Amino acid sequence: MPVAVELVVRVGAVVAAFLLLPLLVGQTEHKVMAHMQGRLGPMYAGGYHGWAQLIADGVKFVQKEDVTPRGADRPVFQLAPAVTLLPYLLVLLVVPLGPGDLVGQPLDAGLFLVLAVLAVPVVGVMMAAWASANKYSLLGGVRGAAQLLGYELPFVLSAASVAMAAGTLSLPGIVAAWRPWWLLWQLPALFVFFVAGVAEIRRPPLDAPIADTELVFGYKTEYTGMRFAFMMLAEYAGIVVIASLTTVLFLGGWHGPAPEQLGWLWTLLKIFAVCFVIIWLRVTFPRLRVDQLQQLCWLVLVPLALGQLVLTAAVRMVI
Amino acid sequence: MSGVPGTGLAKGLAVTLGAMTRRAHTRQYPDTPPDLPPRSRGVIALLEENCTVCMLCARECPDWCIYIDSHKEEVHTPGAARARQRNVLDRFAIDFSLCMYCGICIEVCPFDALFWTPEFEYAEHDIRELLHEKGRLGEWMVTVPPPPANDPNGEPAKEEAAARKAAEGAAG
Repeated sequence: MPVAVELVVRVGAVVAAFLLLPLLVGQTEHKVMAHMQGRLGPMYAGGYHGWAQLIADGVKFVQKEDVTPRGADRPVFQLAPAVTLLPYLLVLLVVPLGPGDLVGQPLDAGLFLVLAVLAVPVVGVMMAAWASANKYSLLGGVRGAAQLLGYELPFVLSAASVAMAAGTLSLPGIVAAWRPWWLLWQLPALFVFFVAGVAEIRRPPLDAPIADTELVFGYKTEYTGMRFAFMMLAEYAGIVVIASLTTVLFLGGWHGPAPEQLGWLWTLLKIFAVCFVIIWLRVTFPRLRVDQLQQLCWLVLVPLALGQLVLTAAVRMVI
Repeated sequence: MSGVPGTGLAKGLAVTLGAMTRRAHTRQYPDTPPDLPPRSRGVIALLEENCTVCMLCARECPDWCIYIDSHKEEVHTPGAARARQRNVLDRFAIDFSLCMYCGICIEVCPFDALFWTPEFEYAEHDIRELLHEKGRLGEWMVTVPPPPANDPNGEPAKEEAAARKAAEGAAG
């Protein structure tokens, strides 16, 4: 295959996944959350159990007026949704779906790139918050800055533990080195990574920057129309990204009791299982207070991640 | 909270997961009609033939939402000494934008011309269109349910008790 064609196919596939998976997760959230609350969720759009609800929502967002507040810093305000959204696309590019060549772009320093790029949406959050010229946005942004920068540390530390265990920074390499007993050995790191990941994408119960019962809608308050849709897409793309990273780093990606050719199916199944857990947590737990959020980060997750690092290093020395 | 830390969190997760596995009780209203309780007060129907234009309902109505117009007609009966007079109903309207569904008009009607019906789907886009004339009020008569049976544990109806007493008197 010529390089150009292959490039188009790979990028096209990643973009398709980037647009499709968040919608699937969003629809799952509609339905799962509804049933967990004893409701039915969307039932009309599309005819069968409201499967087209998010498409209808998208059409509605397109029709809406794109308002920029008068006091806002226009270019920054308008750029922020893209800054929040696009890093997730970049991350999906290096996440392996199956063994061999089933990856957007195999990269030796994949994990490094992922961790670096996942810090960019923080900037988007702060851009949106500061440029909105709205006190609720600003409060959300300040909370976001405190939360996201704090949780960056356990996030990176727990990912480093896996990289240490596998002896490589390449994501396919980590999955290839993965063994089922790692589930036990890396359990604290899995816990830390998952919780810190949920905090990084600002999902309930760690959604203090958005906090729709106290801050209107946090840093997203002033957004309307398509830009708001991008902000929402960023949230669900974030879920997909965190779920796929958890799958690849800790749950063994394509490993499973089935032939290697079905590896991509295993990866997708695991990603959806993790997405389900993220939704489940959202439905079950109330939002953490800001001080509880910081306590969880600095008094629980960071020590745990450091302990895991020591454990990983020790086991690596022994083996 | 005692014992292992996190038991509360696990319990919460179990509750939501359990709720998800049970069927929701939602009734999809426009598709499945709701189960209304007996004696639901949806709207007031008029049985025009029973109305004698005694005006009791209009006078008892707390917010004066019943409008009645009538005229008198002479009824000539052959062989009678003189013609009788009869009230003829020209207009009977209830303004449901004023009605507070107290049911006093129905209670007070001596000739059983007004009835509660469970019909409730008569919303309008304009509040002025809630003034319904006797034609519309009469259409709702078909939705009036039969009166509920007497409670088997309750007292028997007065008429029943009186009839039984009379029968026992005649027998004894």
